[in-house]
Amino acid sequence: MSHDWPLYEVFVRGKRGLNHVHVGSLHAADDQMALHHARDLYTRRNEGVSIWVVKATDITASSPDEKDPFFAPSGDKVYRHPTFYDIPDDVPHM
Amino acid sequence: MTDLQEHFQRTLDRDQRLEPRDWVPDGYRKTMIRQIAQHAHSEIIGMQPEGNWITRAPSLRRKAILLAKVQDEAGHGLYLYSAAETLGAERAELTEKLIDGKQKYSSIFNYPTLNFADVGVIGWLVDGAAICNQVPLCRCSYGPYARAMIRICKEESFHQRQGYELLMTMMRGTDAQRRMVQDATDRWWWPSLMMFGPPDGDSPNTEQSMAWKIKRHTNDELRQRFVDMSVPQAEALGATLPDPSLCWNAERGHYDFGEIDWSEFKQVVRGNGPCNAQRVAHRRAAHDNGAWVREAALAHAAKHSAREEAAA
Ligand SMILES: [Fe+2]
Ligand SMILES: [Fe+2]
Repeated sequence: MSHDWPLYEVFVRGKRGLNHVHVGSLHAADDQMALHHARDLYTRRNEGVSIWVVKATDITASSPDEKDPFFAPSGDKVYRHPTFYDIPDDVPHM
Repeated sequence: MTDLQEHFQRTLDRDQRLEPRDWVPDGYRKTMIRQIAQHAHSEIIGMQPEGNWITRAPSLRRKAILLAKVQDEAGHGLYLYSAAETLGAERAELTEKLIDGKQKYSSIFNYPTLNFADVGVIGWLVDGAAICNQVPLCRCSYGPYARAMIRICKEESFHQRQGYELLMTMMRGTDAQRRMVQDATDRWWWPSLMMFGPPDGDSPNTEQSMAWKIKRHTNDELRQRFVDMSVPQAEALGATLPDPSLCWNAERGHYDFGEIDWSEFKQVVRGNGPCNAQRVAHRRAAHDNGAWVREAALAHAAKHSAREEAAA
């Protein structure tokens, strides 16, 4: 048995209507303890209405570099943006 | 320059943040881990001088405030350990290094808290100096550290204000209380100035840290900023800062101040301050006494997941 409690990543929803946002990590023996510790550590001042915890080992991540080839497929698709299209100024509500 | 090095340099040049999975030079990683770990250790050890007064706080209000403040410091330590782990450091290893005396923490916490005004002066000066140090770190090039600092800085302003308010209350009290405030100010002023580290001429790592955008200002710049902020605060409080050479220099637009006793600083850093041994021994005892809790929680978790698997 490993001597260290596993690492959990913590995500907090600041208020209703907002996304959960990653705030940091903590160690806990199990999921329930991770939730309790997350509450005590990351929401001491009403910073959240909902918390997600997930074992760090269960996360699969891309590299954070925005120039990563992983994101290349969307890089050349300028036609996905509304500004790609020329519409005369006198066309209303467009 | 390889692609990786170029990416690292470009990120710095554009004043963007480096994130956990980015390639960084070994030296950057080592420096960052050491700095974040020492910072985390300081928060954790920093609970002790003030924790000393929790049971003896003079009112329920002060006790609740002090307890909340000390809890915050624990939180700061944990945010920072979590940031250090994103660089590949192990939490348990960092704790070992602290209790084995292999990694340092801020020398300020090796001074004793002799009277209750110390709690106020620590909030005012020690947390005040920490804020001066930490605000520029919110723009540090390492993303997880910068984000932890933003979170911490938000909480620190309560720390400083509760301390100053406590002192104002004592200054409105009896002569004995005013003497306590002055005594605490006398003892904490110089160690607070030392919190910014050695003078620029004697700080070999500053240049590299500035190039890596870990540090944004030199030790002496931050120290000067702190002095300039503190003098009017001391005046408003009615306390005297224990430095006869402290005076406004109109030409520089700053306060001049006296020579810091760097030999004292070096002694405390080397482990010979008044409380070094006590602080580390206390941390070690807390860690050792908690071992059975960590083991029991793991055993409990293992039993539960085994039961759930059997039920599935
Ligand atoms: Fe703190
Ligand atoms: Fe603080």
